[in-house]
Amino acid sequence: MNQLSIRNLHVSIGEQEIIRGLTLSIPKGEVHAIMGPNGSGKSTLAKVLAGHPDYKVISGEIEMDGQNIMELEPDERSRQGLFLAFQYPSEIPGVSIANFLRAAVQARLPEGEELEATEYYAKLYEKMDLLEMDRSFTSRSVNEGFSGGEKKRNEILQLAMLQPKYAVLDETDSGLDIDALKVVSNGVNAMRGPNIGILVITHYQRLLDYIVPDYVHVMVQGRIVRSGGKELALELEEKGYEGYEVDAELGEPARA
Amino acid sequence: MVKEASPLEIERNVGNFAYPETHTHDAGVGLTEKTIHYISDIKDDPDWVREFRLNAYKTFLSKPMPTHWASKDLEAIVFDNIRYYLSGGVQPKRNWEDVPDDVKRTFERLGIPEQERKFLAGVEAQFDSEAVYSNIKKAVGEQGVIFVGSREGLKDHPEIFRKWFGKVIPTGDNKFSALNSAVFSGGSFIYVPPGVKVKHPLQAYFRINAENFGQFERTLIICDEGSELTYMEGCTAPKFNTATLHSAVVELVALKGAKIQYITVQNWSSNVFNLVTKRGLAHEDAEVKWIDCNIGSRLTMKYPGVIMKGRRARGEVLSIALAGDGQHQDTGAKMVHAADETTSNIISKSISIGEGRATYRGLVQIPKHLKNCKNNTECDALLINSTSRTDTYPAITVRGTGNSVQHEASVSQVSAEQIFYMQQRGLTEAQAMSLSVNGFVNDLVRQFPMEYSVELKRLIELEMEGSVG
Repeated sequence: MNQLSIRNLHVSIGEQEIIRGLTLSIPKGEVHAIMGPNGSGKSTLAKVLAGHPDYKVISGEIEMDGQNIMELEPDERSRQGLFLAFQYPSEIPGVSIANFLRAAVQARLPEGEELEATEYYAKLYEKMDLLEMDRSFTSRSVNEGFSGGEKKRNEILQLAMLQPKYAVLDETDSGLDIDALKVVSNGVNAMRGPNIGILVITHYQRLLDYIVPDYVHVMVQGRIVRSGGKELALELEEKGYEGYEVDAELGEPARA
Repeated sequence: MVKEASPLEIERNVGNFAYPETHTHDAGVGLTEKTIHYISDIKDDPDWVREFRLNAYKTFLSKPMPTHWASKDLEAIVFDNIRYYLSGGVQPKRNWEDVPDDVKRTFERLGIPEQERKFLAGVEAQFDSEAVYSNIKKAVGEQGVIFVGSREGLKDHPEIFRKWFGKVIPTGDNKFSALNSAVFSGGSFIYVPPGVKVKHPLQAYFRINAENFGQFERTLIICDEGSELTYMEGCTAPKFNTATLHSAVVELVALKGAKIQYITVQNWSSNVFNLVTKRGLAHEDAEVKWIDCNIGSRLTMKYPGVIMKGRRARGEVLSIALAGDGQHQDTGAKMVHAADETTSNIISKSISIGEGRATYRGLVQIPKHLKNCKNNTECDALLINSTSRTDTYPAITVRGTGNSVQHEASVSQVSAEQIFYMQQRGLTEAQAMSLSVNGFVNDLVRQFPMEYSVELKRLIELEMEGSVG
């Protein structure tokens, strides 16, 4: 029950089927990583979980703590505890980070209840310190003119503030130098615990040196073709994805 | 002439409400010389005002509708179906206690916060065509500031009133300024003595509250040498089936070194034609600043202007227009440089939703013989839907050397990805939209007084609620 579960998911965009029968469960308290080559459908999975309107779910189920979330709007999924750290976060000109996050936190309160400003700022500053973000950050417009690293830090700041039940991190390592990668990873690691399930989507092993997963899944051409422990990531780093792609084309899960 | 209005069935949405009213004076529908005399009789106009009205009436008749450049929708106005004067016969009140409960309820429905209701102690509120509530803050009165209705202004202070009335905006400026000059009633007259800096903004709330009732208020503000004033007006109107015409004239005079800031936040119901002429005259070292927010209405045509008559005078227009589905906001600014070293600044932001249309028209004139004049114009348009429309018509005439102009324009659209991003953080689609829109206007809104920026934000939220889903 206490898990994000995806069963036999098929997803298409336009005519093209991108996810082709994917099954995966992420229980609370665990960190799972999905690795795969470009075009394997990793980012599509992230967006479908969050309810992006461009993708069409053909069949399958997505449940969060036993509840089917397929019919929920993106904002409802979010308020029920699903968080997506975007690979390419959008810019929102004129809206400060403080105000944006405040609106997001407020959206989670029962109707009629007002956010307590002092508590909110105390928490915000605490999380910013953790992510080594300067206080002046709060008054900057969301993602506008941010460097790649700043954008990703901002995603993790939101993750930390919203404290979801399940978090999907889509290519959070892309565009980060090693120092930023460490800071962002520290932020994520600080979140780990029995009350959150985390799915890390990445192309490279590098991120998994810092956010060490409990399980690693290999995704190729819209399916999980292999699952294993964290050592699987190292193996992929060494051997690459090549063997898997051929197998996936045959339509059979690979057996290494 | 007592007319009993029948109880009205109104959707009780915010801004769209009305209370049954009785009107003591009613000029009936249509406009003839008789109507003008009727208004002049009731208002007990001095002869010069009656004559002024009659002349304006002739000018109004002789002027064509400006449909050769403006929206053809103007043709939908049937002047014969409009009531040009309606009055509850209530005299301006001095104390909050004396304000009729109906009016108080209206203020409540407008959602004016407690803080602001207290502020109403210094408010000139127009309810239908007469100010039913007018209480000048004691301190303001002690400073020698005159803050009265236009009728009292022309009667009790003719020496100042007559000198400037109709001078900034001549009767024949356009068809609607002529109409206003013929039938005006209500509006404010303010005089600030030399050197007096009015600390608190003076405010006026007014709304249209009778079907087919055109509102023609007339405001004249004079700031004497070195004085400063901020004036704020806000309107909401109840929703009726037939078109309603609002045609105001606002004239500002800033004498040497004076500063006037005039702030408007309007939320007209979507059947109102809002055709307003606003202009300020800035003398040497004086500054006139218009902050203008137009929300709602069927068609708004408004181009606040500043004539910079004296050396180093400054003119500024900051405007925000929000055109909802089926609405047309045709707004902009006029900057007429008439002395050396004058500077003007125009920042216009418009938002078009659904089939809404926002038009920017800007006129900037710097003649050849002037030196060191500057104009900066920025207009940014935000389109919410693919069916939304925006047009920009800048007319910039700069002659001579040593004068400079800058013009920047941008059009952007709220992207689906941006909305998805915000929804992923838990905001509904409508909340996401309104946050985007608020972000777009944010740098302008920051220059507003606090309570107005809060109100504007609320109006934008309401507008976005209705446009999504």
